[in-house]
Amino acid sequence: MSNLSKVRHDMLPNLPPPASSVGVIGWMRANLFSNITNSVLTLFALYLLYILLTPTISWVFINSDWTGSSRDACTSGGACWVFVANRFDQFMYGFYPEAEIWRINLTFLLLVAQVLWLMLPNLPYKGMVAAVVLLVFPILAYFLLYGGSFGLEVVETHKWGGLSLTLVLAIVGIVAALPFGVLLALGRRSEMPIVKSFCVVYIEFWRGIPLITVLFMASVMLPLFVPEEMNFDKLLRAMIGIVMFQSAYMAEVVRGGLQAIPKGQYEAAQALGLNYWKMMVFVVLPQALKLMIPGIVNTFIALFKDTSLVLIIGLFDLLAIVQAGLTDPKWLGFSVEGYAFVAFVFWVFCFGMSKYSQHLENRFHTGHGSR
Amino acid sequence: MTTNTTNSAAARELNDELMVELRGVNKWYGQFHVLKDVNLEVRKGERIVICGPSGSGKSTTIRCINRLEEHQKGDIIVGGTTLNNDLKNIETIRREVGMVFQHFNLFPHLTVLENCCLAPIWVRKIPRKEAEAMAMKYLERVKIQDQALKFPGQLSGGQQQRVAIARSLCMNPQVMLFDEPTSALDPEMIKEVLDVMIELAQEGMTMICVTHEMGFAKTVADRVIFMDKGQIIEENDPHNFFNHPQSERTQLFLSQILQH
Ligand SMILES: Nc1ncnc2c1ncn2[C@@H]1O[C@H](COP(=O)(O)OP(=O)(O)OP(=O)(O)O)[C@@H](O)[C@H]1O
Ligand SMILES: [Mg+2]
Repeated sequence: MSNLSKVRHDMLPNLPPPASSVGVIGWMRANLFSNITNSVLTLFALYLLYILLTPTISWVFINSDWTGSSRDACTSGGACWVFVANRFDQFMYGFYPEAEIWRINLTFLLLVAQVLWLMLPNLPYKGMVAAVVLLVFPILAYFLLYGGSFGLEVVETHKWGGLSLTLVLAIVGIVAALPFGVLLALGRRSEMPIVKSFCVVYIEFWRGIPLITVLFMASVMLPLFVPEEMNFDKLLRAMIGIVMFQSAYMAEVVRGGLQAIPKGQYEAAQALGLNYWKMMVFVVLPQALKLMIPGIVNTFIALFKDTSLVLIIGLFDLLAIVQAGLTDPKWLGFSVEGYAFVAFVFWVFCFGMSKYSQHLENRFHTGHGSR
Repeated sequence: MTTNTTNSAAARELNDELMVELRGVNKWYGQFHVLKDVNLEVRKGERIVICGPSGSGKSTTIRCINRLEEHQKGDIIVGGTTLNNDLKNIETIRREVGMVFQHFNLFPHLTVLENCCLAPIWVRKIPRKEAEAMAMKYLERVKIQDQALKFPGQLSGGQQQRVAIARSLCMNPQVMLFDEPTSALDPEMIKEVLDVMIELAQEGMTMICVTHEMGFAKTVADRVIFMDKGQIIEENDPHNFFNHPQSERTQLFLSQILQH
């Protein structure tokens, strides 16, 4: 008879985990050149990249002109960035009076400083800074950008334009839409029939019409219906239109997040005696928000690009102002550079947001499971 | 299970004060009659174990007590307050009734300590410092104080359930409801949770436990209640319940459950 009994007397020591990567060469061997077919495909892809990228790089960087003051400076045959460089201020600030441009810079500098404060981990007073950003800063930004008090000269909104206008529209659109979206989503899930039907009708109405129609209505139709003296600023009307439109989309993103929260979370919160709003604020929404980040960023990116539509109601966002610059007889024929610049600026912002949202998702990850 | 055996109802002086009272409670899910005329009186400090086959309405019964489910007929009285549709009334009752769920239902986005402090701070309005000190006291009692700053996702099932018990205790409830607190756990974790529950029982907490842990019922229960098809079939003290079951259905159930 054989002996089946086995006993371990000495326990094994803890070892460090094996190195996960074996260097660049090892990675390349494993992923790019693992067999002949892969090697051929890799080489072919490299060749394709070569024939596509070299002319582009040469057009953008090597054979391009960067300095000068008129089209005569563009002699190298590549891109003529002189056009963009000369009109750069206008692309950023629109027709804002030059002497007042510091106000725009200050506003955005303040915003960036506050947002950075919130983004960087381990800084104190985050709650206070967040409250300032949401409650104090908008008022401050209004007085800085529009003026009219504290000795600041009024700058009418039809002089606003360029990237700063795009940013104002997008930021106001998303920041104001989020709370409305949350309320609409909660309303849509509510058991009170009136609240529920109001929210459903609102959401379905605004989701069913294109943004361009909303903007037209806000700028052309609204003045026809409201009395002359109640008529208000065109930019403000566009903003209200965008916020209403955006809230409907945001509501659906929020609803998606809410639906993913297990019933047990609601029950545990209720069993502890939390009322509806406390349960939502402390238990449900924080978890749902984490799930909503990709959706929120997605809608924000879409809105950021959609702000270009305000050009049809005569507001000059980044795209519109570059297009206007292209029709200047002195600079005819530089549309490729103009559009490339617009695309690049939009891309930088959108890519940045997308990256940050991935970072946020990782940071909110608190172990597995949601129970 | 414990060193000193807990004295059962016969030996213990029980307070006459009623803590929870169900009078002719009926409930329907659509056409389906889940609870049929359930009557139950639980005195202060009493430990009740409810058992019965799956789908017999045990969960539904205890979930009616803190209004996670709404009953349609009959009265439920908790600590002298009759449950009605008024939100204030429901919240008052929920403050006094703790509940532990089968699947723990900890808040995954909060640390263990924050899980425990949330309700004391926002419902009982206790200052954060005090709430944290109290939470640490209860976490110590369930022997999990060194995990206070971890997130629930980083704990084992048994540890999570002990946190859930501590979280309920932080509200200083007068009654604790347990809905199969050990049935989602591996055998070796069951004991650590039961030990906590036994200790709680010995300290005089009023408890209503839905459980199939018959060992627990024998050691701590003052009364065992057997439910089937939405009705209370039999109730008795543990000794008589297990040794001399009256109803045929109880005998069948016990023979099935005690076989393995
Ligand atoms: N929301 C609901 N809608 C309809 N029927 C339900 C609902 N919840 C429970 N039921 C039914 O009510 C009955 C009692 O359910 P309950 O959860 O109280 O049983 P239980 O005794 O706790 O069973 P278990 O031991 O499986 O937990 C079951 O037949 C179940 O199918
Ligand atoms: Mg159950």
